[in-house]
Amino acid sequence: MQLEQQNLLKREKMGLFKNINIDKLKSGLAKTRSAIFNRISEAVTGKVKLDEDVFHELEEILITSDMGVELSSEIIEDVKRKLVYESVRNEETIYKVMENSLTSILENSFTNVEYEPDYTNFKPYIIVVVGVNGAGKTTTVGKMAHNFYQAGRTVIIGAADTFRAAANEQLEIWAQRAKVSIVQKGSGADPSSVVYETVKKAIDEKVDVVIIDTAGRLHTKNNLMDELSKIQRVIKKLLDYAPNDIFLVVDGSTGQNAIQQAKAFSKSVNLTGLIITKLDGTAKGGIVFQIARELKLKIPYIGVGEGIDDLQNFDNSLFVKTLIGSN
Amino acid sequence: MLEDLSAKLELALKKVRGQGKITEKNISETLREIRRVLLDADVNFKVAKEFIEKVSVKALGQEVLVSITPGQLITKIIYDELTLLLGAKNSELEINPTGPTIILIVGLQGSGKTTFSGKLAGKMKQLNRKPLLVAADIYRPAAIEQLKQLGKSISVPVFSLEEKDARKISKEALLFARQNGNDTVIIDTAGRLHVDEVLMPEISDIKELVNPTETLFVVDSMTGQDAVNSAKAFHEKVNFTGIVLTKLDGDSRGGCALSIRAVVGEPIKFISNGEKLNAIENFYPDRLASRILGKGDVVSLVEKAQEVFDEKDSARLEEKLQKNKFDFEDFRDQIKMIKKMGSLSSIMAMVPGLNPAMMKDAKIDDKALVRIEAIIGSMTKEERKTPKVLNGSRRKRIAIGSGTSIQEVNRLIKQFQEMQTMIGRMKQKGFLNSVFNKKSFNFN
Ligand SMILES: Nc1nc2c(ncn2[C@@H]2O[C@H](COP(=O)(O)OP(=O)(O)OP(=O)(O)O)[C@@H](O)[C@H]2O)c(=O)[nH]1
Ligand SMILES: Nc1nc2c(ncn2[C@@H]2O[C@H](COP(=O)(O)OP(=O)(O)OP(=O)(O)O)[C@@H](O)[C@H]2O)c(=O)[nH]1
Ligand SMILES: [Mg+2]
Ligand SMILES: [Mg+2]
Repeated sequence: MQLEQQNLLKREKMGLFKNINIDKLKSGLAKTRSAIFNRISEAVTGKVKLDEDVFHELEEILITSDMGVELSSEIIEDVKRKLVYESVRNEETIYKVMENSLTSILENSFTNVEYEPDYTNFKPYIIVVVGVNGAGKTTTVGKMAHNFYQAGRTVIIGAADTFRAAANEQLEIWAQRAKVSIVQKGSGADPSSVVYETVKKAIDEKVDVVIIDTAGRLHTKNNLMDELSKIQRVIKKLLDYAPNDIFLVVDGSTGQNAIQQAKAFSKSVNLTGLIITKLDGTAKGGIVFQIARELKLKIPYIGVGEGIDDLQNFDNSLFVKTLIGSN
Repeated sequence: MLEDLSAKLELALKKVRGQGKITEKNISETLREIRRVLLDADVNFKVAKEFIEKVSVKALGQEVLVSITPGQLITKIIYDELTLLLGAKNSELEINPTGPTIILIVGLQGSGKTTFSGKLAGKMKQLNRKPLLVAADIYRPAAIEQLKQLGKSISVPVFSLEEKDARKISKEALLFARQNGNDTVIIDTAGRLHVDEVLMPEISDIKELVNPTETLFVVDSMTGQDAVNSAKAFHEKVNFTGIVLTKLDGDSRGGCALSIRAVVGEPIKFISNGEKLNAIENFYPDRLASRILGKGDVVSLVEKAQEVFDEKDSARLEEKLQKNKFDFEDFRDQIKMIKKMGSLSSIMAMVPGLNPAMMKDAKIDDKALVRIEAIIGSMTKEERKTPKVLNGSRRKRIAIGSGTSIQEVNRLIKQFQEMQTMIGRMKQKGFLNSVFNKKSFNFN
C-alpha cells in the first residue's frame, strides 16, 4: 500500500500520468484490493505450517480472478517450488513469491513503458481499435482522442462502425467531447471506405494521429473478421508502415473466452496491444495473465470508468499488487 | 478390411461396456475433470465446488448400467442435474393479466440491454401486443438515439424526454402508455456497475416507481467469475425476476449462467444470439447444460446406451457366451447394436479418455461393418448358428451373394474364430461376469 502510493506519487511528479485520472486508479483498484487482501490474510494467517489448504485457498483467489484453472495451478506449483528456497514461510513470503511469479508472467509480454505514439517517425500515426461487441471500443477511442488532444496533438477519428444502431451518433459525441475531428459515412456504408477516407484526410491535412473505431464483432464470425483484415489492408495500401497499432479491447469482467478472443483477433489482424476496460468494477482481470502467455502485446491503457478521463496506464507490478492485495 | 477387426471390435465393445482401461477411472477422477470443465466454462469457483459436491453426494451408491463407466454415469447425472438447475422455475415471460405488462431491463455496461429491449419489443409485437420502448438511459452517448433507431426498424414507438431524469422518464412513460393503449412497456436503462453508488439507487428507485411485471437482468455470456458479485448486487437492489443471456452466438461456454442461477435463483427467460433484432430465443436448459459441460458426447453415449442395451438381449448373449456358443447370429446382433449407437468410430470418438493416438491405431472402417453384415446376411441360418459347416463352396457362395471376395469371407471367419477364442479367455478371467452383471440404470 505504502509502496504503491509512493510509486504513484513518484509517477505523478514525473508527470507520467499526464491527463490521466489518478484518483480513479486509487479508488477503483482499491476496491478490489481490500476484498482480496482480507481473503488472502484469511488464507494464510495463523498457519505456521503451509499445508495444502493454504494452496487451495490461493488457488481459489487466482481462479476467481479469472486466471483459469491451468495457469492457476501452474502458479501455485511455481510458488511451492520457490518457497522451498525461502527460510521463513509466512504470509509475507507467500505474497512476495506469488507476486514475483505473477509479475514475471506479465513481464514476458508487457513492457512497462508508458504508451505514446511514435509521432516523430510516423505521420500520421494510425491506430485501429477492435474487439467483441460492447467491450468498450468506442468509449476508449473517445478517451484516447482526448488524451492525445490534451497532449497537443491533432487527431482524426474514423467511424468504421457503420453497422450498429447510432454508432455514428455515439462516436460523434465522443469526438465533440474530445474536440477532435471525425470522418463518418452513412449507416450501412462499407467500413473500409470510411477507413480509406479517414486516412486519406489525415495524410492530406498532416494530422498527427488517426484512431479508427470499428464495429463490435464476435471473433467466431469469419466474414466480420475478414472485414477487419480488409481494413488493415486498405490502410497499408495508403501508408505502407501502417496501421502502427491495432488494439484489442477486452471487457475486464470477461472470463476464459477472452483468450479465444485474443487468439482469433491476432489471427485476423496484427494486434499490437490490449486494452482492458471496466476495471472500475469488482472483476479482477486475471485473463490478462493468460493472454500474456499467448501473445506478445503491450497494454497501452486500461479503462476505469465511463468518463473521458477514465483511462490509465497499465503498470505490471501495480496490477499484480492490487490483484493479490499485497502491501 | 477385416484386419484385426475382432481386436478392434473387442476394444470398442470394451469401451462401450465400460470395461476398458479408461473405465477403471474412479468417479473422483471424473469429478476433478468435471470441476475443471465447469471452471473453464466460467462457472464460479464456489458454485462449481458446491454443485459437484451436492450432485455427487446425491449420486452416491447408484448402480451403473452394464454398458457405461461410473465416470460416464456421473457425467450424465451432472448433466441432468445441471439441466434441472438451469431450467428450474418457469422461464415464461410474466404477463400482467389486468393492466399493462411492464418490463424493466437492467444490467452492466455493454451487456446488450438496448439491443435486447428492441428484440423483446419486436417479439411482443409479433404476439399482437402493443409495445412501447422507453429510453431511460440518459448517460451513454446516443443511447436514446440507438433505441429510437431500433424502435423505428420494427415500427415500435419509443418514449423519451429531453430532460435528463431517468426516474421521471420511466414514470411518464407509463402515463403515455396508458393514454396510447400500449399494453407492454419495455424500459431500457443505462448500464451500470453493481458498485455504483449513484446509479444503483437510481435503478431501485425506478423499480419502485414503475412496479414492473418483470425485471430482467441482461448478462453477457462471456462474463467470468465476477458474475456472481454483480448478479447478487443487482438482485439485492432490484430483485430481478429473470435473466437474459446474451451473445451466445459466440463460443463462450456460458458458465456464468449457472453461477447466477445458483446465487440468485431466478430463471433464465431468454437468450440473445446475434446483433440483429430477430436473434432472440426462448431458453432451453438442456442446450446450455451441454454447452457448459462440453460433454454432450458422453451424455448422448450414455443416453444411446440406455436406449439400445436391451436387458433381454444381453441376457441371451450372456448365456451364449457362458456356454461358449457365440455364433454369427450374435455377432450380427452385436454389429446391429453398435450401428444403432452410431458408427463404430463415432462411438470410439465419444469415449472420453480414449486418446487420439489410440484411435488412429484402431482405425475402424465403418464400411467394414457394412460388408461384414452383408457377409453374415448371405449365410444361411444354419451356417450362422454352426460356423463349423462353412466349407470352401459355401464360402464362395457367400462371397458372391454378399458382393465381397472369398478372401474377405475367409478373413471374417478367421476373425470370428479368434473372437470365440478370446471370449473363452475372457470367460476364464471372469470378464463376462462383469460385463453382463445386469444392474438397473436409475438416476433418482
Ligand atoms: N464502468 C465502465 N464502463 C465502461 C468502460 N468503458 C466503456 N464502458 C461502457 O461500456 C458500454 C459499452 O461501451 P462502448 O464504448 O459503446 O463499447 P463498444 O465496444 O464500442 O460497443 P460496440 O461498438 O457496440 O461493440 C458503455 O455503456 C460504456 O459507457 C469502463 O472502463 N468502465
Ligand atoms: N453478437 C452479438 N452481439 C450482441 C448481442 N446482443 C447485443 N449485442 C451487441 O453488443 C453491443 C452492446 O449492445 P447494447 O444493446 O448496446 O448493450 P447495452 O447493455 O445496452 O449497453 P449500455 O447501454 O452501454 O450498457 C452492441 O454491439 C450489440 O449489437 C448478441 O446476442 N450477440
Ligand atoms: Mg462501438
Ligand atoms: Mg444501452
